[in-house]
Amino acid sequence: MSTTSIFITGVGGQGIILASELLSDVGIRAGFDVKKSEVHGMAQRGGSVVSSVKFGEKVFSPLISPGEADVLLAFEPLEAMRTLHYAKPDGKIVVNLRYVMPATVASGAANYPENVFDKIKAEVPDVVVVDGVSLAKQAGTVKAINVVLLGALSNFLPFSEKDWHTAIENRVPKKYLEQNIKAFQLGRKTA
Amino acid sequence: MSEKVLLSGNEAIARGAYEAGVHFASAYPGTPSTEILENVAKHYSDVIKCQWSTNEKVAVEVAIGASFGGARTLVTMKHVGVNVAADPLFTLSETGVNGGFVIVSADDPGMHSSQNEQDNRRYAKFAKMALVEPSDSNEAKEFVDYAMSLSEKFDIPVMMRIGTRIAHSKSIVGIGTRKDIPIKDYIPDIPKRVVIPANARVLHKKLEERLAELKEFANSSPLNKIERGDWTRDGKKIGIITSGISYQYAKEVFPDASILKLGSSFPFPDKLAKTFCDSVDEIWIIEENEPFLEEELKLAGLGDKITIGKNKIPICGELNQQIIRESILGEKSRTPNIDLSELPARPPVLCPGCPHRGLFYIAQKMKLHGTTDIGCYTLGVIPPLNQGETCICMGASIGVAFGIGIAQGKEVGKKFLSYIGDSTFLHSGMTELANLVYNKGNGVVCIMDNSTTAMTGHQPHPGTGRTITGEATFKVDYAEIAKALGIKKIVQTNAYDLKEIEEALKETTSIDEPAVIINRGRCILLDWKKLDITPFRVDTEKCTGCGLCLKVGCPSLSKDPDTGKAVIDELLCAGNHCTICAQVCPFDAIVPAE
Repeated sequence: MSTTSIFITGVGGQGIILASELLSDVGIRAGFDVKKSEVHGMAQRGGSVVSSVKFGEKVFSPLISPGEADVLLAFEPLEAMRTLHYAKPDGKIVVNLRYVMPATVASGAANYPENVFDKIKAEVPDVVVVDGVSLAKQAGTVKAINVVLLGALSNFLPFSEKDWHTAIENRVPKKYLEQNIKAFQLGRKTA
Repeated sequence: MSEKVLLSGNEAIARGAYEAGVHFASAYPGTPSTEILENVAKHYSDVIKCQWSTNEKVAVEVAIGASFGGARTLVTMKHVGVNVAADPLFTLSETGVNGGFVIVSADDPGMHSSQNEQDNRRYAKFAKMALVEPSDSNEAKEFVDYAMSLSEKFDIPVMMRIGTRIAHSKSIVGIGTRKDIPIKDYIPDIPKRVVIPANARVLHKKLEERLAELKEFANSSPLNKIERGDWTRDGKKIGIITSGISYQYAKEVFPDASILKLGSSFPFPDKLAKTFCDSVDEIWIIEENEPFLEEELKLAGLGDKITIGKNKIPICGELNQQIIRESILGEKSRTPNIDLSELPARPPVLCPGCPHRGLFYIAQKMKLHGTTDIGCYTLGVIPPLNQGETCICMGASIGVAFGIGIAQGKEVGKKFLSYIGDSTFLHSGMTELANLVYNKGNGVVCIMDNSTTAMTGHQPHPGTGRTITGEATFKVDYAEIAKALGIKKIVQTNAYDLKEIEEALKETTSIDEPAVIINRGRCILLDWKKLDITPFRVDTEKCTGCGLCLKVGCPSLSKDPDTGKAVIDELLCAGNHCTICAQVCPFDAIVPAE
């Protein structure tokens, strides 16, 4: 099979790295070659963060170039807009509903774009909007937004629900496990 | 079959050090290298002694001693750290090693978290070290042992050059076991290790001989491989020469081309390269940043067939498969239909509750000028705080501010602040401060003491009283250092007390001698999980929408577009542990949320 590429984008502190770790774990569990890439350091202090996960029989480059992502998983709508061109034109977008205001907007120096979701759909029609905050709260912890979004993403990937559960069990501390499994299932049902 | 796990390049190098029987590892933190030593300390400190050294030069010197003392030694740093460590490295090539000596240089093409994108392959050549370049995590692990053996066999330091996409990309690694390597005897050898000119002249000749032998060896190194392919363009057989991460990008675009993959790239394997060049019609050199392989090939007299090199592939920025497609094949990538420059930028910012914010806010209010340094507090330059007018390298804030004062006169100099973090001060600020006093400068050195090396992910340092493994140790006292270096005006401030900071800045910027402010506040992230936070909210009755609180530049504060009043994101707010915005508000409109 050819390589499947998942481009993850959002804001530092939203749990993007853990999400990409989980996704990679599931890929390995399913027997694929997996590569993932992201940037640490200065970029993570509340700035835009991206992570790439690729799996297939043999993966060479760990990076995803514009037009190569099968799925764009966006934790924040503005960050989805910023990276839309990374998706294949017939690719999918899974995007979190909640805005996170950049410092430039908060200070009044810039405006958050209007009609974000319409603009996203104009570029890549196949869009799933997930109310990550509400679903994570419903699961018992607002911190599980990342796992809710993975649940939504899971509908478009060739991995079994069992493999996902095992991956979550291996990464999430026991006392938060139940909430995270619930978060995953709620996410999976929305898409 | 060995166990397969997904590791970052940095995790893999730590594992490689373990398996290669390494006895000692040292480093100063720096993105993208930091996690190598963190992983050594976390998983292998029972068999690998390790330390955060005060700077890269110190790390290399301790490592040199460990190597002379017979230990297999690994030292790691970011690319610009090698600039700091260059002095001992150039001499180590002359003296040679005892236990294997490997330095990892983690370069940052694309400057994700750095001030330049120097290509340290050139350092290997300049300092006459052998160079190895892994292209994924598994190679990163395997090459550690190879490099150690090479170092011992040829009596030479070996540089392993990686970049951000090796360091921070994860790929599958086969796990092995630890080699049992005994620590060699330490036998004094003065002619070999004391580089007075008479000895150094002999040592230089011997080094050139070893390099010639290494060159020969590189021709048959298992790290240098020809992968035969049958891909042609316009009827011509194409041969690609590449190394490191660039190999992966080249392979993704041209999976069926003949490739000469160089894992041991300096000294350059000229005979192997000739065999390869003779077997194809055109040579394409695909490499990130500098034309290192291209120049080596030309120096070997093999440049005739090069049709693609830096004439097509850019020197600037990070390479990827798309740049290769575009520059060689003319294939355009998908471009956005939206104008990305119109989207509001989201630069990294000081965290909510950051202890650096208060001092920056007051300095901005007092319209003071300042130079800044390398660390989280560099983010003070971002509006609305705008603090820091120069940033050069570790420790430079103090010297640069002093120099501006020399050029512009004492009245300008005395209102100049140098912002320098605690870890950076210990790295290279102390010599700067001694120089400032000794040469009768003025200005205010602000030690932004957040009790950690924050930007790289919270590593301890001599000011924290803890070692890399968490053991208690002596804790440096900055006030005592400043005093001993000759500073008379030393003020210690609470980083969350704006009034105290304002008084300190007024006092220190009005005197005609150098002063030090030690601005204390623990990095909020150190304690975030255990803090009992009561976030703040805006009392909309009292808020007049004056916008003053927005000038502290806190990510949890924004302006409600409908009412024009301030709003606080309670999920982000550090509330009672910060209080900066509440201190700024003239109407007492910012109050605890409960």
